[in-house]
Amino acid sequence: MKAFELLRPASLEQALELLPKPADRERVRVVAGGQDLYTEMKDRLIEPDQLLDLKRLAGFDRLEIDGAGNVTLGALLTLSRVAEHAGLRASLPLVGEAALSIASTQIRNVGTVGGNLNQRPRCWYYRHPGAHCLKKGGSECFSKEGFNKYNAILGGGPSYIVHPSDLAPALVAAGAEVVLAKKGSSRTLPLEQYYTLPRDGDPLRETVLGSDEILTHVRIPAPAAGWKSTYLKFKERGSFDFALASVAAGLVVEAGVVRSARLVLGGVAPIPWRAKAAEEFLAGKPAQPATWREAAAIALSKAEPLSDNEYKVALSQNLIERAFTRLTT
Amino acid sequence: MPPESPDPRQHVSRRSFLKGAGGVAAAGGALGAAKAFAAAPTTERLSGTVEIELLVNGEPRKVKVEPRTTLLNALRNHCEPPVTGPKLVCDRGSCGACTVLLEGQPVYSCMQLAVDCTGRAVTTVEGLAVDGKLSTVQEAFVAHDALMCGFCTPGFVVSISACLQKNPKATREELQQACSGNFCRCGTYPRVFEAALDAGRKLQGGR
Repeated sequence: MKAFELLRPASLEQALELLPKPADRERVRVVAGGQDLYTEMKDRLIEPDQLLDLKRLAGFDRLEIDGAGNVTLGALLTLSRVAEHAGLRASLPLVGEAALSIASTQIRNVGTVGGNLNQRPRCWYYRHPGAHCLKKGGSECFSKEGFNKYNAILGGGPSYIVHPSDLAPALVAAGAEVVLAKKGSSRTLPLEQYYTLPRDGDPLRETVLGSDEILTHVRIPAPAAGWKSTYLKFKERGSFDFALASVAAGLVVEAGVVRSARLVLGGVAPIPWRAKAAEEFLAGKPAQPATWREAAAIALSKAEPLSDNEYKVALSQNLIERAFTRLTT
Repeated sequence: MPPESPDPRQHVSRRSFLKGAGGVAAAGGALGAAKAFAAAPTTERLSGTVEIELLVNGEPRKVKVEPRTTLLNALRNHCEPPVTGPKLVCDRGSCGACTVLLEGQPVYSCMQLAVDCTGRAVTTVEGLAVDGKLSTVQEAFVAHDALMCGFCTPGFVVSISACLQKNPKATREELQQACSGNFCRCGTYPRVFEAALDAGRKLQGGR
């Protein structure tokens, strides 16, 4: 790790003042739990001169559920606290399940909600100190023609990373919003719009977070009556790992008929991948295995696997069927 | 040379902390004792070499570190005498050999900055024994021969101790979940979990 200066602002206002100008974005990095950032620094993928440490800011580590069931997660909440919160697990099981599926106890005790949503890709070309790939300002994404077992089957090009967060697909499925603070104001936008496809934005980044902004909160609306949800994650290594594919699914079923459905895929695209066509198909259909099978086929119908990752299509389809089966049996 | 060792290009003796608050407050801030200055908090700045006080196994330990120095490196290479229970293996938060308790919670000490640990209780495998007597978990590891090369053992013992402290009735599955961030490349898992379950029974009072 290169030497750096550690800045500890005493307030959000001070933190916002210390944010770098866009040109200095790589020189100053924001840190909370550091469980992703330090690995990038140790491998010298990034070499910031300053770390802007948010973790001592008071008041951003709360989990609040109001009387109507709306949930607010502070960006500094640890993943352990999200995973263990009984009230959240009762109303929005997919969020707790996703949090519990992240890494190990040691990392969940330190890693934060904000950090998890803003973590960088795990693509081995990106993580290889010697590979100057598209995500690091190079001219090409090596995974397109190279070893791409772990890369995207949906929404790829020109970069084929997959977004590594487990929390993100679950929160998108739950209709969550993120609050982004900047000097003198803040904006709220759906988490779904926070993430950008490489072809739509700057390929160096995964989100629309401005260099003058800090993600402070996540808001989850109270789930509709009868809404059931789950998060299923398939890992190559059983103990702890990133998702090869994951599914965040939510469903309201009345009298054996699907009233509404949410379906978001993780580990298969550069963003949490909302399967809107499948969601639309599901509304009004009988809650039965044939429906889940068809929805799964629709969700993956636009998949464009690379040379080594076609397995993700069948894997995702099976996870989708399994998730909806779990929600209705 | 450890990755956070001083870069010769850096001026390492510089100490700059509490902006505009003077040297005394600065040093006190790093030691977590500058409460008098908390009234008008400003941004604290740490760079170069800083002296901090860690609370390791109940004992205050003064160490000179840089902001980039990990807790693991501070324990093993900056404390005198060194605290060598936590092991350096992957240095990337992947293997668990460096696991310690921070305020009772298992964390990877290779993934903590030492300067972030001031004022927080650090417990290593050495700190689990009481008055020189092995803890129940440590005794169970000996009784069940739950190690081969032993390099991962301190991490497993710490993770299992934290899990059983929370719930002495933890099931095998819960113990496995608690240890999912610890790896044993000798493959001693069966005996590790036999030892953990046995320790749990003893902690519940059944001898």
